[in-house]
Amino acid sequence: MALLADLFQQKKNILSIYFTAGIPNLNDTTSILNSLEKSGVNLIELGMPYSDPLADGPVIQKSSDVALKNGMSIEILFKQLKQFREENNSYSIPIILMGYLNPVLQFGVEKFCMTAKSLGIDAVIIPDLTPEVFEKEFQETFRKAGIVNIFLITPQTTEARIRKIDSLSKLFIYVVSSAGVTGTQANDDFKEKYFARLQSMKLKNPLLIGFGISTRKDFSLACKYAQGAIIGSAYIRQLEGAKGIEEITPQFINSILHESK
Amino acid sequence: MWQVNNDGYYGEFGGAYIPEMLFQNIENLRGNYLQIISSDSFQKEFQLLLRDYVGRPTPLFKADRLSDQLGTNIYLKREDLCHTGAHKINNAIGQILLAQALGKKRIIAETGAGQHGVATATVCALKGLECIVYMGAEDMQRQAPNVARMRLLGAKVIPVLSGSKTLKDATNEAIRDWISNPDDTYYLIGSVVGPHPYPDMVARFQSVISHEIKSQLLAATGNENPDYVIACVGGGSNAAGAFFHFLENKKINLIAVEASGQGIHSGKSAATTQLGSIGILHGSKSLVMQTKDGQVTEPYSISAGLDYPGIGPMHAHLYTSGRATFLSATDQEALSAAYELARLEGIIPALESAHALAALSQISFRPQDVVVVNLSGRGDKDMAAYENLYEPELQ
Repeated sequence: MALLADLFQQKKNILSIYFTAGIPNLNDTTSILNSLEKSGVNLIELGMPYSDPLADGPVIQKSSDVALKNGMSIEILFKQLKQFREENNSYSIPIILMGYLNPVLQFGVEKFCMTAKSLGIDAVIIPDLTPEVFEKEFQETFRKAGIVNIFLITPQTTEARIRKIDSLSKLFIYVVSSAGVTGTQANDDFKEKYFARLQSMKLKNPLLIGFGISTRKDFSLACKYAQGAIIGSAYIRQLEGAKGIEEITPQFINSILHESK
Repeated sequence: MWQVNNDGYYGEFGGAYIPEMLFQNIENLRGNYLQIISSDSFQKEFQLLLRDYVGRPTPLFKADRLSDQLGTNIYLKREDLCHTGAHKINNAIGQILLAQALGKKRIIAETGAGQHGVATATVCALKGLECIVYMGAEDMQRQAPNVARMRLLGAKVIPVLSGSKTLKDATNEAIRDWISNPDDTYYLIGSVVGPHPYPDMVARFQSVISHEIKSQLLAATGNENPDYVIACVGGGSNAAGAFFHFLENKKINLIAVEASGQGIHSGKSAATTQLGSIGILHGSKSLVMQTKDGQVTEPYSISAGLDYPGIGPMHAHLYTSGRATFLSATDQEALSAAYELARLEGIIPALESAHALAALSQISFRPQDVVVVNLSGRGDKDMAAYENLYEPELQ
């Protein structure tokens, strides 16, 4: 897992962007990936759409609907990723796959892990896969393929459980910034206290903060306490607009990374 | 062997496949529910409310004219006579007492036909708790009387516009509410679905149905065990309650009836055991109607309460193990069965329960058989459908 591990060793203020594969059009995946890489994004979380995304707010729900209507599936996504890796002849930007358990189960967990690995993917995020179920049913398959499962913690996760998740985790822990689905905004005071509490726990894994990160201000606050942050809904909202991907992506990423002039 | 095991599974089905945002609440429930619901103070209040508020025990009625027509002995378990018109209130009372014991102030629920929503709104009014019910916009239209009832009872009914705008989507939305309000909110699931411990909890609260059937049959026939117990299955809560105390006795035929809508292979059906495969839906592993890519498909039934693309994990286990027989009834068969019961016995059943009645003509009974049909709800809420689809030739 050189790519991802290197990133966490070398880089502070990691900007990770989530988007759902298959939007705005089925075959836009590679151009979005290219535009994100060129714009200075450090890590991409590629969403595998699902019909019943329980942990997602309206923006990502809608994007999943659109992607599924466009015909996206794990099989097609893997084909697109293969094309992306071949065209670029480089594996320079780390990609994490994110999606719900059921489509992965139907695809076949072992085949999923092996195929992902062959495409230079080191890690996946499956929100409805608990550490308990992972340990019991999937750990061995993931380990053999060399795929890391990223776990989430939330403001409700107890300290003992955070420690347990920390010991199970590799690469990083995904910190859900507030009680809510994706796209939910919590107040900064609440978030800051929570982030500070996590920072003071001195966990062995680095933290990336997600959910409700939409502006440069949110991103900077997260980076004060964690190694970086993840933006999803805010970027997807941009993709829904009329402008082209080549124009949208650098504009949006610039607005996060640099002070507006 | 038919009850949930320590890990929350029925055979290979069940478990808790939940995002971390729900973990603390589910864990809190799992760790406390058995102790709370078996405590004397809980049982005392629960039993008292079932008796004086719900009106239990509900009668077990020998349907003579229907029995004559079918050449056997049909008994109807009259859950339709429960306060609010269906079995759903048994579970609503149990879970609201549990929510109070856990210190929760705000109750959320999903509803399909609206019976669970009405039951929840009713018990929330009784206990002075805030009540929010998520209901698919499509269901709000076809079960309008229940929407009006919930509002009258002080509940806030939130229309769900995502997906097929029915029960599955209402459940998604209720779960999202719980993720967003983890501290003060209790999620009151209406069926034997969802992550462990919900299926077990709901089955226990509904088990009063089979408990009563036993003593009532003993009094009526001298034998507490029937030959058949028949119930409709959407998620499966009334069937779970009607089967509960008969599961271990393999001589008793347990018949679950799913809604096949316009026909099992019409593309408009909700017969999950016939069309589904192993998958994960709403936090548990069960049989799920889905595409080969694992996307949950949209079910269809005329009955909003059976219009669900999954089935409780307990029922998935009963199906794959062969302990229960799964039949199905189409919209049309259910309607005919409802008209027939109205004419023969003077009882208008809910469209859901009409599916259980429709299965009667699919089974060859012996004259001496004792057959219990769980009449899970009454048909007031379905009058619009019954009137619109009334067939003159039945007159």
